[in-house]
Amino acid sequence: MQAAMISRAKELLQGGQVQRVLGWKTGEFVYDITPAVFQSVEELEAEFVYNDFCGNNLSKYLIKESRQPGKVLVFLKPCDTYSFNQLVKEHRILRDNVYVIGVPCEGKTDGETLKAAGVRGILGLQAQGDRFLVETLYGSQELEKAQALPERCQNCKSKKHVAYDELMGEEGQVLQSGRFDMVEKLEAMTPDERFNFWRGELSRCIRCNACRNVCPACSCEKCVFDNDNSGVAQKAAANSFEENMFHIIRAFHVAGRCTDCGECSRVCPQNIPLHLLNRKFIKDIDTFYGDYQAGEDTESRAPLTNYTEGDVEPSIVYQRGGN
Amino acid sequence: MQKLSLSKLDQFLEAMAAHQALYLPVEDHSGQAKFQRWAPGVQLSSTLNTVRSAKDFFFPQTEDLVNFKLRGKEIEIIDPRTEHEDFVVFGVRGCDARSFTILDKVFLADPVDTYYQSRREHGTIVSLACTRPEETCFCTSFGIDPTCPQGDVTCWMEGDALYLTANTPKGEALLAQVADLTEACGDEAVKAQQERVSAILKKLPLANFSTKSFGGQVLMEVFDSEKWGTLSESCLGCGTCTFVCPTCQCYDIKDMDTGHGVQRFRCWDSCMYSDFTRMAHGNPRLTQKERFRQRFMHKLVYFPANNNGEYGCVGCGRCLSKCPISMNIVKVAKALEGDCK
Repeated sequence: MQAAMISRAKELLQGGQVQRVLGWKTGEFVYDITPAVFQSVEELEAEFVYNDFCGNNLSKYLIKESRQPGKVLVFLKPCDTYSFNQLVKEHRILRDNVYVIGVPCEGKTDGETLKAAGVRGILGLQAQGDRFLVETLYGSQELEKAQALPERCQNCKSKKHVAYDELMGEEGQVLQSGRFDMVEKLEAMTPDERFNFWRGELSRCIRCNACRNVCPACSCEKCVFDNDNSGVAQKAAANSFEENMFHIIRAFHVAGRCTDCGECSRVCPQNIPLHLLNRKFIKDIDTFYGDYQAGEDTESRAPLTNYTEGDVEPSIVYQRGGN
Repeated sequence: MQKLSLSKLDQFLEAMAAHQALYLPVEDHSGQAKFQRWAPGVQLSSTLNTVRSAKDFFFPQTEDLVNFKLRGKEIEIIDPRTEHEDFVVFGVRGCDARSFTILDKVFLADPVDTYYQSRREHGTIVSLACTRPEETCFCTSFGIDPTCPQGDVTCWMEGDALYLTANTPKGEALLAQVADLTEACGDEAVKAQQERVSAILKKLPLANFSTKSFGGQVLMEVFDSEKWGTLSESCLGCGTCTFVCPTCQCYDIKDMDTGHGVQRFRCWDSCMYSDFTRMAHGNPRLTQKERFRQRFMHKLVYFPANNNGEYGCVGCGRCLSKCPISMNIVKVAKALEGDCK
């Protein structure tokens, strides 16, 4: 796939249909891929990569890139296309300045996930069917791919691209996944148990803001937490209340707009399962307003910014016993 | 050199904890290690390193500096500091152990930061030699020997024993507390481990990485490099690299309105943030490119220029593992090497 992508990108660049290419660039190791803008054929040939580690969602970069002169080619994986659509819907990406090529994805792993699976001293990796062969400082190791993928890919919601100008490879389907299983477990807890669960997770937060900065739905030009005039700006959580507040406010703010791309949990240095907060909102929206997938299209009205007579009343929270 | 049978590890930890607070790397439920206070039942993690560095013990993420209490037109100034208790940090790796030397140069230089100083005085560092370095490790590039880390006490875990040697009077005092559990021994086992691990260190992918071309002598050449734009283009502007870094030492001082007074505290700041060093006239670093550049200039150029050539990095590799876009000091130094002329 990588060779075909480079070849197509070169064609479009040389033909003048696009002026830049947004993709992924190789690093020092097999897994440390960096999102990059390629300006020339030489750069593409030297550094462009598409492999099992290209997990970064490139959609958010298009807020800036689509405002540069000329047209930018971007390669989007299925789940990235949902973020893309949502940002187009919010008028954050200028659609006309982007040429989207949808590329297939079989799940993307990363160095941290491999380490969590017990791999140490990673020197190289090869995918063979449903297995990864990892070369390490301490010998070779074989892993089942399914076990070496992050949660978001194990529970992939869709292999279908919802936005593209051109598609490479075979198109996939929207999938049934177990992505709400953990939310259901949390809902089944008592309020105290649930509070303790979240304190156990959020108490590790170091307020690096990686979750916010990587989030395609967090596209405010000045975040309330960075704005001294807001009265709630903070660089570090002074106490547990502030620790919780940052994440709760963020989850509320992206409610109905979060596409569940899972970047927040991928980038968290402390492995906080932040996606669970968002999935709770997604599940509730599905329950109260009918199934809704943010980013599925660019035209429909979102349940939380729409009004219908059948809308649920706020008192529903009491009927649900605080859940 | 002293030897402790690992079957007595719990007793050893308990004996130390009886005299002062004891912290050690422990796995959290997400499988990563963090420093945690020892209590009966707490297990030492076998992970190579903690996510947060050991700098937290001396330079915590938030710290109250002074409180003001308002009563009409009177302002009472309250020093919120209580006398620190003595504490031991066990299991510090060679990289983090060196980071204290770097932080000392900042906080113990005139004017001395008394908050930091007090913590340093009360803390005893027990370092633990590395046996399974990872691909992200490059401490040897800064002259650190992870098979013989610095600290008040240095330990090696080998076979069924922990070998210990005191390097300072503080370290000797600590070993005296556990003297009934240890016995004198030769250093053959330690030497064998060091040889074995040194051979692994030579095979690390970053074994030949060097920052030697950088320093104050190439300040303008590096600062003016055209490569900063590309290097920083996908930087998210988050603070992950700075917060997991054992040597990043910038902080901000803020006042919190408590309703009846002011709580003045400091907290870690990050040069990656948009309001870093913002002044009355505005911000001197307008885009992420300048903020990104600041971090690497500080470590590779400004810090060595002011500290006899010592770099502001210990090669722990945390930023290599944790950066959301995998951009880090190794990539930056390699890319800019050519500009150091």
